[in-house]
Amino acid sequence: MAHVENNPMSEEDILIKEQGYDDHFHDHHHGDKYQSNFITTYIFSQDHKIIARQFLITGIFWAIIGGLMSLIFRLQLGFPEENMAWLRPVLGRWITLNDAGVGSIAPEFYYAMVTMHGTIIVFFVLTAGLSGTFSNLLIPLQVGARDMASPFLNMLSYWFFFLAGVVMFISLFLSTGPFSGGWTAYPPLSALPQASTGSGAGMTLWLVSLVLFVVSVLLGGINYVTTVLNLRTKGMTMWRMPLTIWAFFVTAILGILSFPVLASGFFLLVFDRGLGTSFFLNEIFIGGQALDHVGGSPILYQHMFWFLGHPEVYIIILPAMGIVSEVLSVHARKPIFGYKAMVYSILAIAFLSFIVWAHHMFMSGVNPFISNFFVVFTLIIAVPSAVKVFNWIATLYGGNIRFTSASLFGIGFVSMFISGGLTGIFLGNSALDIQLHDTYFVVAHFHIVMGIAAFFGMFAGVYNWFPKMFGRFMNETLGRIHFWGTVVGAYAIFWPMHYLGMAGVPRRYYKFDVFESFGQFSQMNKFITVAAIFVFALQILFVINFFYSIWKGKKMTTKNPWGASTLEWTTPIHTGHGNWEGNIPSVHRWPYDYGKDGKEFISQIQPLAEGEKDAGDH
Amino acid sequence: MNTMAVDQENKRNKIHPQKFAVWLACGSITMMFTALVSSYIVRQASGNWLEFRLPGIFLLSTITILASSAALHGSYIAYGRGKEGLYKSLLLLALLLGFGFVISQYEGWLALQSIGVPLKTNPSGDFVYAISGLHAAHVLGGIVALTIASIRAFSLPFKVTARRKLRQELTLTYWHFVDLLWVYLFFFLTLYS
Repeated sequence: MAHVENNPMSEEDILIKEQGYDDHFHDHHHGDKYQSNFITTYIFSQDHKIIARQFLITGIFWAIIGGLMSLIFRLQLGFPEENMAWLRPVLGRWITLNDAGVGSIAPEFYYAMVTMHGTIIVFFVLTAGLSGTFSNLLIPLQVGARDMASPFLNMLSYWFFFLAGVVMFISLFLSTGPFSGGWTAYPPLSALPQASTGSGAGMTLWLVSLVLFVVSVLLGGINYVTTVLNLRTKGMTMWRMPLTIWAFFVTAILGILSFPVLASGFFLLVFDRGLGTSFFLNEIFIGGQALDHVGGSPILYQHMFWFLGHPEVYIIILPAMGIVSEVLSVHARKPIFGYKAMVYSILAIAFLSFIVWAHHMFMSGVNPFISNFFVVFTLIIAVPSAVKVFNWIATLYGGNIRFTSASLFGIGFVSMFISGGLTGIFLGNSALDIQLHDTYFVVAHFHIVMGIAAFFGMFAGVYNWFPKMFGRFMNETLGRIHFWGTVVGAYAIFWPMHYLGMAGVPRRYYKFDVFESFGQFSQMNKFITVAAIFVFALQILFVINFFYSIWKGKKMTTKNPWGASTLEWTTPIHTGHGNWEGNIPSVHRWPYDYGKDGKEFISQIQPLAEGEKDAGDH
Repeated sequence: MNTMAVDQENKRNKIHPQKFAVWLACGSITMMFTALVSSYIVRQASGNWLEFRLPGIFLLSTITILASSAALHGSYIAYGRGKEGLYKSLLLLALLLGFGFVISQYEGWLALQSIGVPLKTNPSGDFVYAISGLHAAHVLGGIVALTIASIRAFSLPFKVTARRKLRQELTLTYWHFVDLLWVYLFFFLTLYS
């Protein structure tokens, strides 16, 4: 176990040895339980670093699937008249042929793809793939813990996610197709198996998959919160935690409080589907037949869904914000501007996220008087968001910025968050929603502010912590091509959609041929589709870079390649189970001592000099 | 399960991580039932709501689960004081009363049917089935924990250790939680119908 990285011992190792504390971790024999054979090391691993990599790679798999789905429906939107028969070998009878042999995408399949794209990207990629990966990797490493509070539950969290994925994947191959009623699964399409082709077995599997997913989120979240509150090392006060940890911590709390509400909604939905109750159903006709469901309210489901749904978008974006704060500070070689303001704004955003859910329902029959309440709180979210944006820019300002792939994606995140956030102020108004609701303006808004932005945060994190995960670097040139292509391409996709939306083009429509006024946008739709294909191709470049670099990337030769002050960079290059070889380091200062006292950075494990004040204590 | 957590705990003199995790889980379950209770109130306010009296058998359930909680608490105290016989018998009693609660709830659902409120009659009745059903599922989870605790109590040699005491405390916390949750739900469903 004990192999010394730098010989003779580096200053840091001496510090950990002298200042750190001995938790008798290495007195026990852990090998048999944790990393004795291939299965316990790489498959049913209880090591948080392996579980993080499992989340990441599973997330990448789902991102490719979800991205491909978007290409299929973008082809339909951009080239509705084109012959799609060439897709038949892959998609089979979802491509229907007319008498002349011209193939087109079946409408039911189009809806299924739209639904699955949303479900997969929101839950599997940007929730599990993003916060699952980085909470697992960074929480124990950055708070100075040997592992999570319960490594076993942590392992279960991944495998519940994996199972959820398996069930969803199977649903893609049903003869009736996967669920096709939108990622929000509103009743009646989700409650009546006979309502549409995807509402039968497809919806059943969708529900099973998401219930498994909720279990995974709760197991993970309980672990993250417990670890942050209970397992911080000596000296690691809450106000000395890096912003990444603050973000993951608050994200986990949001998940613990909001996912159970979704589970309750699903529970009642299952009653309606399977037992014939009418919680969400009222006076419905299908195929001319009146159903005996009376007295329910579909709006009730929407309330329960969005009580999760809105915190969910912050569950997606907060980890990205935390990662970006850390990456920008490290690569600008400057302390984060307004550390405490950053923490308070995370807390404010988290609190507000629970009292704005009905802004997703302004046009679905909610009392307009009550809407006012939700408008006000929605617009107030702009305040903590603006504080964060200001602080990121102030962090960059005057910095000695290293334009690495990681920091470029961090800067890209800020750009996306501003662009997408501004349109949020439009959509938060219930009056403007009369025009803008359910149009491409909404699609543009949320893709930029929480889709692309969250992906950028994730990329920043992957490029930055790749060396910690795999002991090698990703290729920088490919990384920069990936960044510049993606940032331009993503704007090319979503910027034009604002114009479509302002003109009233509705989202989720299969075709616009019967709407003459929307015909003028056919060229724009082509452009968007071509841009989407271009951006997708660049992501494949990222995936190639990622897997190539795991085995062939430039090797990491020093423990702390970015010169960062946080604890994860004090662990050995090949970090084993338990993270630190000897003692656990103790912490003496806040995590953002960059450019202080003529030093480029000062690690958190450095004791304060005589008379020096911790810069975090204001 | 994990020595590292215990080791750090001992040094830091904070709440044990696993105890804390159980509290978080209870908070999470509370949110689940808050959602159902809120839907109940919202749905009730929109009319077409059948009013009926909750069958008396649900009161019996309430008394049963309260007794079970008390028995388990007694068993926990007896364990701490090293009274093996009392500890084992009260544990078994708590488990039996737990089963009794689930059976009594089932009788309650049958009683609902017999007073003319079977499933699908009206959301007011359906909510009672859904809420008490979901609660019963959480009680079954507790029964699994109590069963494991009983098997361990009768198969392992009796010894008072910190680790075992912790395990019992975790079970006890959860069991008190589902108990109090039911008492709340019972009063809610009785007073709000």
